[in-house]
Amino acid sequence: MQAFIYPVIIAIAIAFIASLLLALAAKFMSVPVNETQVKIREQLPGANCGACGFAGCDDYAAALAEEGSTVKTNLCVPGADAAAAAIAAILGQDALDVVEQVANVRCSGLCDATKPEMDYQGIKTCAAAKTMFGGPGACKYGCIGFGDCQKVCPYGAIEVCNGVAKVNREVCVGCGLCAATCPQHIIDIIPDVKRVFVACSSADKGAVTNKLCSAGCIGCKLCEKACKFDAIHVEDNHAKIDPDKCKNCGLCAKACPKKVIHVYPKPVVKPMVKVG
Amino acid sequence: MGLTKRLSGVHVDHRKNTAGMPIIPMPVPEKVYIPMSMHIGAPCKPLVKAGDTVKVGQLIGDTDARIGAPIHSSVSGTVEAVIQGMTQLGKTDTSIVIKTDGKQELADTVVPPEINSFEDFIKAARDSGVVGLGGASFPMGAKLNIKPGTVDYLVINGAECEPYITVDHAVMLTYTRDIVDGIKAIMKWLQIPNTIIGIEGNKPDAIKAFNDVLAGDASIKVHELRQIYPQGAERVIIYECTGRKVSYGMLPLNAGCIVANVSSVLKLQHYLKTGLPLVSKYITVDGNIVVHPQNVEVPVGTMICDVIEFCGGLKEEPKKIVLGGPMMGRAIPRDDLAVMKANSAILCFNGAFAGQRKETACISCGRCVAACPMGLMPAKISRAFRDKDVEMLKEYEVLYCMDCGSCAYVCPARKPLNFEFRQAKAMVMEASKK
Repeated sequence: MQAFIYPVIIAIAIAFIASLLLALAAKFMSVPVNETQVKIREQLPGANCGACGFAGCDDYAAALAEEGSTVKTNLCVPGADAAAAAIAAILGQDALDVVEQVANVRCSGLCDATKPEMDYQGIKTCAAAKTMFGGPGACKYGCIGFGDCQKVCPYGAIEVCNGVAKVNREVCVGCGLCAATCPQHIIDIIPDVKRVFVACSSADKGAVTNKLCSAGCIGCKLCEKACKFDAIHVEDNHAKIDPDKCKNCGLCAKACPKKVIHVYPKPVVKPMVKVG
Repeated sequence: MGLTKRLSGVHVDHRKNTAGMPIIPMPVPEKVYIPMSMHIGAPCKPLVKAGDTVKVGQLIGDTDARIGAPIHSSVSGTVEAVIQGMTQLGKTDTSIVIKTDGKQELADTVVPPEINSFEDFIKAARDSGVVGLGGASFPMGAKLNIKPGTVDYLVINGAECEPYITVDHAVMLTYTRDIVDGIKAIMKWLQIPNTIIGIEGNKPDAIKAFNDVLAGDASIKVHELRQIYPQGAERVIIYECTGRKVSYGMLPLNAGCIVANVSSVLKLQHYLKTGLPLVSKYITVDGNIVVHPQNVEVPVGTMICDVIEFCGGLKEEPKKIVLGGPMMGRAIPRDDLAVMKANSAILCFNGAFAGQRKETACISCGRCVAACPMGLMPAKISRAFRDKDVEMLKEYEVLYCMDCGSCAYVCPARKPLNFEFRQAKAMVMEASKK
């Protein structure tokens, strides 16, 4: 008999015994998995953004799949209607509509509109820069522009362009991670159907804002007069829109002498984005 | 971890260009802007309004809070306005703008306080408006308000370990006897048996001056500190002078010590003697672009640009203006900010001095670990900070960091270590609040 036969037989025997052990282990030590949970998890985008109020997609799926769960099926903002419908189908419930949301940066102080006040040399993050006299920019309320929001966005939907964070509304799913990160608190998460925004959050008086930034709201109240729905009001020296009253007519934007009220085109149907 | 037997630190260039220069009083500027928050604790409420006439030493701001120090007018003149504006701390705060009349008349309230009991003494310490002038600006009245007899060491900080600054040195030479009188007053009312005056070895004349005045007094000793930065930090100077450790979460009081800066003691003594509260500040103006670097006495609330102007102005456009020493001082973005009680230096540098060097990768050389006087591991903390790992930050005891900047000073990769740790400390504090 050939000498190599013995090692081959030994190897096969070991493989057989090991596979037997593994099969037994799989049988007796298995953790029961809720199949509904797995199915639901497959429908979720996997961003683990926490917009649903749970610790992540797995947590939300587990909460939904629980026996007698009263958790709503339309909490996943990134997954939008598609995910909500799929989850509802799995659970045998009626599909609920998801209010699509989108991030909006309340600053339009681009590099050519406002100047930095100092030559900031510290760590290049917004949170660190804010500790130094409220940020390197002349306006202490606007976007600092080191992109803390950009780093935290799982979808690549927000990006600093020319000194101010800019949201790609077609990609943004409104999970709210950027809004929670922004040390200036100038990112709002608002319903996607609202298309008129005031892109300034300066609480300085109009004359001061005018000096610091050519694209800042000076609180002139022309928008207030133009609005027919009582939806826009000047508070803290800048205009604010009440999304519940706003009808997207855009009259305020036309009246604004500083052009800080932006009107976005109609929203497009967003494809669901899966992460990772 | 914790304090090692011989605390480490870094050897920094002394650059005491203004050493031996007298303190020159600056003429009163046209306007002063006195901020209402110049101390740790509750900000003061303005007690005057636009149009009021004020005199030197008149109370213009006060607070009811336990930790707080009253604020007095540093000039005589008329209150022009009470405004909201940026202060040198980088926050918007109330300031009182006073247009001066140049007469510098003293207010009627400026009379030496009558002190017959411990309570009187604490009231006087509070009324003096003195705060920790070494930079921490902790109100003196609150610091000294302890049960008499519970503290056995008064440590007087005359280290002045930061480069450039020489005001404390000048103060120690000029007002040696007054400082000793102030020390004796504190010792008497707080029943403190021993005092140690810590002075860094690079000021032998100050050590000699104190020894001459103190001849034969056994309760007050002068301790020569090693010439190494940061000997003037509170925990370090307590350890160097008394051998006691103050770990994180402990106050010097828990170690039976009170630390006071020489200038704070002097200002307190001035109040006890004359009744004039803290209205002016001794400041070193230096840096490679100042025309006449010198020590000046500046009324509190003077604009920094006025002080620089008094010192001959600047030779060229500054790249960086630093309030305080170059190690721990704060850079300011503009010079139209008011001088506060705790300022001890104004340093102006051009690009050649203050240029930023490129940051490179950490090579794990361990120099930061060797330099840290608190025995921390800055490189590890830095990594944990980048990972936003609060648990690790706690384990590496980042809260123990006192922001002296020794690690960043020695780092060959030029990492902004102490700036990172300031963020890291805020992060840990934030997490522990939740």
